[in-house]
Amino acid sequence: MTLTTAAVTTAHTLPPPFTSPTSPPLDLRVQGAESLLYKTTLLTPSLPCALKYRPPKAYRHATLDRRLTKARLLAEARVLVRCRRDGVTVPGVLGADWETGWIALEWVEGRTVREVLDGVYHVREHRDAQSAEEKEGKEGIEGIEKQLLGLMRKVGVAVGKLHSVGVCHGDLTTSNLMLRPRKKKRTTHPGHDAAEAAEAAEADIAMEALRDAQAQEPEPEQELDGDVVLIDFGLANQTVQDEDKAVDLYVLERAFGSTHPQAEHLFQEVLNAYGENYKAGQTVLRKLDQVRMRGRKKSMLG
Amino acid sequence: MIALGLEGSANKLGIGLISHPSPTSPPIILANLRHTYISPPGAGFLPKDTAAHHRAWVIRLIKRCLQQSSLRPSDIACIAFTKGPGMGAPLTAVAVAARTVALLWDKPLIPVNHCVGHIEMGRAITGAENPVVLYVSGGNTQVIAYSCQRYRIFGEALDIAVGNCLDRFARTLAISNDPAPGYNIEQLAKRGKRLLDLPYTVKGMDASFSGILAAVDALAGRVLAEEESKRLRDEESGELVTVEDLCFSLQETVFAMLVEITERAMAHVGSQQVLIVGGVGCNERLQEMMGLMAKERGGSVYATDERFCIDNGIMIAHAGLLAFESGVKDGLDDSTCTQRFRTDAVHIKWRD
Ligand SMILES: Nc1ncnc2c1ncn2[C@@H]1O[C@H](COP(=O)(O)OP(=O)(O)OP(=O)(O)O)[C@@H](O)[C@H]1O
Ligand SMILES: [Mg+2]
Repeated sequence: MTLTTAAVTTAHTLPPPFTSPTSPPLDLRVQGAESLLYKTTLLTPSLPCALKYRPPKAYRHATLDRRLTKARLLAEARVLVRCRRDGVTVPGVLGADWETGWIALEWVEGRTVREVLDGVYHVREHRDAQSAEEKEGKEGIEGIEKQLLGLMRKVGVAVGKLHSVGVCHGDLTTSNLMLRPRKKKRTTHPGHDAAEAAEAAEADIAMEALRDAQAQEPEPEQELDGDVVLIDFGLANQTVQDEDKAVDLYVLERAFGSTHPQAEHLFQEVLNAYGENYKAGQTVLRKLDQVRMRGRKKSMLG
Repeated sequence: MIALGLEGSANKLGIGLISHPSPTSPPIILANLRHTYISPPGAGFLPKDTAAHHRAWVIRLIKRCLQQSSLRPSDIACIAFTKGPGMGAPLTAVAVAARTVALLWDKPLIPVNHCVGHIEMGRAITGAENPVVLYVSGGNTQVIAYSCQRYRIFGEALDIAVGNCLDRFARTLAISNDPAPGYNIEQLAKRGKRLLDLPYTVKGMDASFSGILAAVDALAGRVLAEEESKRLRDEESGELVTVEDLCFSLQETVFAMLVEITERAMAHVGSQQVLIVGGVGCNERLQEMMGLMAKERGGSVYATDERFCIDNGIMIAHAGLLAFESGVKDGLDDSTCTQRFRTDAVHIKWRD
């Protein structure tokens, strides 16, 4: 199952400068929850960019709508810059206008974790149906599950890293985690300290994006072998509270269980990696237990 | 096949008779009666009084259902009752009645999850096949989607239910609970104009309502202040803020949150249909807002009216009969109730 793309009935007019006849073509890729996501280019025709536009919501009172759009766009821009500086893997910000509601981000290749998992379990169902190949299929699945555990680890490490710099995502789902395939030719800069990395990061966005653009499409098998990139920070906040971090994990856990029931057993690996790689992780995990209890034992009446 | 359904998880006692003529044709409603326990203004319904109300009315309503439909007990295939979630005492009162009737008429007794009852009835009435479901009532706030034989909860209230938030605000204002506190808030909100700033708390597909309630309660204290000089005024116009403005602001804010979390779930699962069930689902402003959102996504909203949105016996009869037809066996031996019963705990045998 893919996200809704073609079914957008209401034609949205983007704000200037994207209305100019000379601006590069905009390709509507996804109608997200609150936004429309276009693939386009910025500055040079070879620099791909994700243009995220938050159109006014007709259902919301206009005053409330303006307040929320502005707050979320600002939150997203601020948090992304902060994450980039502190070494969390997120797309860089190329530009934004919170009055008209757009933000231009570095284009991330690859697919969402949600799509990756759907792909794997679709294949699995398909294979299960073919009884003749059952044995081979099963072995194949075990192999895939091993790889998936690796993916779960990466998710746990990424979320731990995010929390360690004092940011809560606010909307952690598998739709908001992307898996960017690793490029063979890619050069990294090992040994950067945080400050150096920060400066380099800002200057690097364009160059990196250029390199990404030149990279070839990955083979499907390689795809589980990539970097987890966190996206969609509209509901993010900067916090030091363990409670907020625990709610972040709780939201992810439930999104995972409800969206990928077949993969639910793999989720523990996210928490394992989170606890092992993030110093204060154990405290947050204990808090998570409390948040879970509250959720399950919550009285159904007020 | 015909089923009798008994519902009494909160202050509504509902008895219904439904027929499933064949697997392919739509269900037929033979009777759908309800009697509501209404508490005085400023007060909520207490378990003890509510249970007494249900005990006093249950036999009368069952008899009336039979009369209305001209059926005899021998026409009925099974008795369905609400196992939970809900308030303990009222649930038990109705379960005892259901058990008694089942023994008296020698019928299988089928336990039903209240939330699943709402969802199945909503689907049957509206014809929505596989929608994202927003279930909003006095006790529940859930965003649900179906997958692999379960109704999975994607989002929910992190603290109090949205209906509870509205009901408690009605108590703060000491307005009538007849026919329902939420209904009276809706009428007041129609005359409100000013949008006051209230906390807006959404976390992914979850939402929180207790902060808003505290904030609007505090504003109400100032709007209702005895001395006029202390009353809250609009900063720009200098006019007095009204109770209507408060109701309007509360609704606009909490409904925007509900529509937002529903939209997030729709984007996440890739669905364009949305079904609203539960008592708060009667609210026309909520339906309108949800409709606007669904339209922009190229889809549509499905909602039912008061007969099916508000707790009723027919939905219990319907869900019970679906379970019975799919092979769920008589549960007399463990016909217990449970105050907490998660929607996703039920195996939905009757769907692929
Ligand atoms: N930088 C990017 N590069 C490539 N694809 C992206 C990028 N950002 C987002 N996407 C794709 O677009 C989808 C929607 O984006 P995003 O999650 O940011 O918006 P949204 O869910 O509508 O946001 P919000 O919840 O803040 O309203 C993502 O799930 C992903 O598939
Ligand atoms: Mg998103």
